[in-house]
Amino acid sequence: MRLAAETLIEGTAEGEVLKLAAPVSFWGGVDPATGRITAYPHPDHGAALAGKVLVLPGTMGSSGSSAVMLELLYAGCAPAALVLPETDAILVLGVVVAREMGYPTIPVLRAPAAPFDTGTRARIAPGGEIVVSD
Amino acid sequence: MSANVSLTRAEQAMLEGAQGPGAAMALRIVAEGARLLGAERLVPVTSAHIDGCLYHGDSGVFFAERLLELGARLAVPATLNVGSLDLLHPEVVQGDDHHRAMSRRLMDAHLALGCVPSWTCAPYQAGHRPERGEQVAWGESNAVAFVNSVLGARSNRYGDFLDLCCAIAGRAPYCGLHVTENRRATLVLDLSGLKPGLRASDTFYPVLGALLGRLAGDAVAAILGVPEDIGEDALKALGAGAAAKGAVGLFHVVGVTPEAPSLEAALQGRRPERSIEVTPEQVRAARDGLSSARDEALGCIALGSPHFSYEECQDLARLSAGRRFSVPVYVCTGRHVTERLAAEGLEAALEARGVTFVVDTCVVVTPIVRQVSGALMTNSAKFAHYGRPNTGLETVYGSLADCVASAEAGRVLRDESVWQ
Repeated sequence: MRLAAETLIEGTAEGEVLKLAAPVSFWGGVDPATGRITAYPHPDHGAALAGKVLVLPGTMGSSGSSAVMLELLYAGCAPAALVLPETDAILVLGVVVAREMGYPTIPVLRAPAAPFDTGTRARIAPGGEIVVSD
Repeated sequence: MSANVSLTRAEQAMLEGAQGPGAAMALRIVAEGARLLGAERLVPVTSAHIDGCLYHGDSGVFFAERLLELGARLAVPATLNVGSLDLLHPEVVQGDDHHRAMSRRLMDAHLALGCVPSWTCAPYQAGHRPERGEQVAWGESNAVAFVNSVLGARSNRYGDFLDLCCAIAGRAPYCGLHVTENRRATLVLDLSGLKPGLRASDTFYPVLGALLGRLAGDAVAAILGVPEDIGEDALKALGAGAAAKGAVGLFHVVGVTPEAPSLEAALQGRRPERSIEVTPEQVRAARDGLSSARDEALGCIALGSPHFSYEECQDLARLSAGRRFSVPVYVCTGRHVTERLAAEGLEAALEARGVTFVVDTCVVVTPIVRQVSGALMTNSAKFAHYGRPNTGLETVYGSLADCVASAEAGRVLRDESVWQ
């Protein structure tokens, strides 16, 4: 399956899809040192974000999430790509700052969560095309 | 989404380095923020509140130090949100030497950039109160909700880094809640089906905030049925709960907040997209959602998210007169409050009853709580929301009076009558 998504931050990536069942605030909900979800109660409590094509169903939470995103990129436990249903500027700004600092960055795309399933693989191609395989 | 953000001649010059490479880096990040937010231009801002001093890892320290090395300085006055250290009582914060050293470097870099050492998440109760209609760039979700809703100034929900960059560039992306039309309520929450006693009670407002956050997401709501004499601390708690449980940056309380002298004014003369009559069942479910503990075991009490005001400390002093706490009671607040309490002897009186004051920071942002079992009890929806992930303790929500009674008894006690 191929999806056209809007590119928020350019880049290419490939990885296993992790689609969260509920929105999460990165600040207070993701451990910046390990990339695991610490939010509780949360249906994906304990899930590891590192290397995943992370598909978020919505936006919530603290304005501290940019810093957690930056630290995940700096510490090497960030997702491989982010797919957001709407532009969460707070989260994406962490990626913008990582780029300014010369840290590795990841593609960020805007697309609905519905076509994605956890455990499938997704590839982000140049120009914002997402290729999902079973 | 606009691909191009149009810059004025002065902004273009700043981007090209006319005010040094630090200002250029800040403006580049603000312009990227504008592109992401779909803003077509920037707007000058007159103040900032910067949530950049929590240590989440070394990267944030390096970012602030990079701006400083490149010669950046603030263009507008800015207060600072909490840091990861209590500079007045350093012994209350645990953590290793690296955590302490990097937290200090982060705070020092922000001071060198020109920020005011306010160290509070309630800057609006520490003298930083923009006027109605002022364009500002504030971070810290509760502070954004307050400055927009209660003061009528205009800010989007700025995240870490963008607030600092806006303060250096003196500009913010012109979109969202900076723009009059976007401040219109699209959701109406009618509380008239709830008992007046509940609506007059302070312990209702954090719960209403949690419910508002769940129902509104990032929509602007107009709330009907709040008593006109509601206090500022209740509005603070409402905004904090809504911003923690949802993405609320602005709400209107009809008859109370500045842009809502009437429902029509809050709606800017248009029809709401949704109207909800809030039921007692919804309120009880929202309250229950703030507690995860299954029994009465109590580890500690945490008060002051957002930072306790002088008036809230007075309430605590009144409710706890003649009592002695058998579990730690952490009161998180700012220097603007403890200086006044100390001068009046209230700080020592509360400490003698078992209060630990936590200043410049709070118990969910840095390791302070030493209990490993029993619940963290709080009268704050925000502490209830972030308590378990950030301290490892189960949480219980109760009124301030419940917290005082429980702290004395050493187990969770809650007066259910107001919720019936």
